[in-house]
Amino acid sequence: MTQTQVVYERSKGLKDVETHYCPGCHHGIIHKLIAEVLVEMNLLDTAVGISPVGCSVLAGDYINCDFVQAAHGRAPAVATGIKRTRPDLTVFTYQGDGDLASIGAGEIVHATMRGERFTTIFINNAIYGMTGGQMAPTTLVGQKATTAQGGRDPLQHGQPMRMSEMLSTLDGMAYCERVCVADVPHLTKAKRAVKKAFTLQQQGIGHTFIEFLSTCPTNWGMSAVDAGKWVKSHMTQVYPLGVIKDITAKEST
Amino acid sequence: MKKELWKGNEAIAEAAIRAGCKAYFGYPITPQNEIPEYMSKRMPESGGVFVQAESEVAAINMLYGASAAGVRAMTSSSSPGISLKQEGISYMVGADLPGVVVNMMRGGPGLGTIQPSQSDYFQATRTPGHGDGHMIALAPASIQEAVDLMWDAFEMTDNYRTLVMILADGMIGQMMEPIVWRHEQPVPEVDKPWAADGRDGDGKTHFVTSLRLQSPANEQFNLSLEEKYEIIQRDEVRYEEKGCKDADIIICAFGTTARIVSTAIRMLKEEGINAGLFRPITVWPYPSQQLKELASQDSVKAVLTVEMNLGQMHEDVRLAVGERKPTPFYGRTGGMVPEPRHIADRVREILREVSK
Repeated sequence: MTQTQVVYERSKGLKDVETHYCPGCHHGIIHKLIAEVLVEMNLLDTAVGISPVGCSVLAGDYINCDFVQAAHGRAPAVATGIKRTRPDLTVFTYQGDGDLASIGAGEIVHATMRGERFTTIFINNAIYGMTGGQMAPTTLVGQKATTAQGGRDPLQHGQPMRMSEMLSTLDGMAYCERVCVADVPHLTKAKRAVKKAFTLQQQGIGHTFIEFLSTCPTNWGMSAVDAGKWVKSHMTQVYPLGVIKDITAKEST
Repeated sequence: MKKELWKGNEAIAEAAIRAGCKAYFGYPITPQNEIPEYMSKRMPESGGVFVQAESEVAAINMLYGASAAGVRAMTSSSSPGISLKQEGISYMVGADLPGVVVNMMRGGPGLGTIQPSQSDYFQATRTPGHGDGHMIALAPASIQEAVDLMWDAFEMTDNYRTLVMILADGMIGQMMEPIVWRHEQPVPEVDKPWAADGRDGDGKTHFVTSLRLQSPANEQFNLSLEEKYEIIQRDEVRYEEKGCKDADIIICAFGTTARIVSTAIRMLKEEGINAGLFRPITVWPYPSQQLKELASQDSVKAVLTVEMNLGQMHEDVRLAVGERKPTPFYGRTGGMVPEPRHIADRVREILREVSK
């Protein structure tokens, strides 16, 4: 009889359910990273996530901690209400680009300005996913969307919004990093970023913000593999990866 | 008990803290600014949380978050700000969350005026936002009553997991009156096993949401709300009646307007006209049955509704009284306040008409 060894299993931070996400969508991978970090930091029992309006509205059905579902764009206000009244909880929002950069632009700016001590997980896939591929503030110039069928035209629609850079000008931002999960090395980096954000949240030094460049193969009209490649070839040109702000690094230099 | 002179908005804020409110989220708008101002100082002093939000929209969503985590909390605003809060209010109804919202009504529509009004009656009593749903709406007629109702508000909101609105006109917020502090203890905390405040010991998670993608489940949720509303309508109706027994005419008014009506009633009394006052304290649930019974008396020739709007509660009066008696209306709107002599004129006119 051969001895078997478990080398990989579902994280205890994830519920044992089937996914509703499309093939090639990165939500599932990002959920998993968050779940793993919560398990590794022993935070599952005291974490509260806030899910947005959009494809990830059901994030609470997957990540095995408490969740509150927010109105479109309002997750930073909901998180403020929770973290201010229950500072003992680890609070994170999970917002898409339509949610955070468009309808919720006001809420995220002011939560960051106040240095709210929760962590924002910002999923930027440059399009509205759930409603069927409409243009987002983050859509790349020339990228086709159902409301920009000839591609985004800067004269008509303006240029893509870089939320991480914009928010990092605010003194309330303690840590901001842009990551992706398009391949294993980037995925490893991304997980480290999430862990750092949650660690700094425990220290209560300000707002922590991780932007994930993500995919939407369905609305981009691409295969799962091509979508992952497009993140690296096109999105990172407009949205460069890396640490955008880290006040703890400044302190050490 | 010792009498103290308090401004309405500050008294309401202090009453909320004494009733056990642990968090306040607000945004400036006249005529309720003394509430956030008072809260900014007193709430932290009492160990609670104050946040000045970036908008009314954010404030109501902060309330949503605190309430979802099981914390007793409130917000306040005035008419245009309440319109902005309606999104969050609907989400709170959909997520079955408690909370207290103070509306210090001013004249609308739009930016309107900062003068007092009662024109948000429909907004408060019909449906608090999109979808089916209700809030309990309490309408104080004095600062003393506003203070006392804060205890009822927090008790009802926690017990029923239903939003409670203090529906006051701007006069209540701005005037000063002597009050006594009748309550010595905060409202007892209730168990909130549904709160998203960390997993239970057995690893069970909580998901506070208003999303029910499957229509049968969403219909079921709506029906469960309706069941709750029926209990509230049965058990929580509050009203005051003065001199309605054997009255010639009943005048129905809520909030400050009821006090103006009282003056008119005294004027009419001197002429031998017996007018009674029927004052709903809960405008939702509405004291329909009680009004119907009083209106059915043989002596009552008409039921007059007086409001600081163009006839919003008038609809509830007509629904309650039906065809039993004439149901005329008198109102001023847009920030104008009715005068006792004009109300008395209207009563004389009505009595002349019905005796023809």
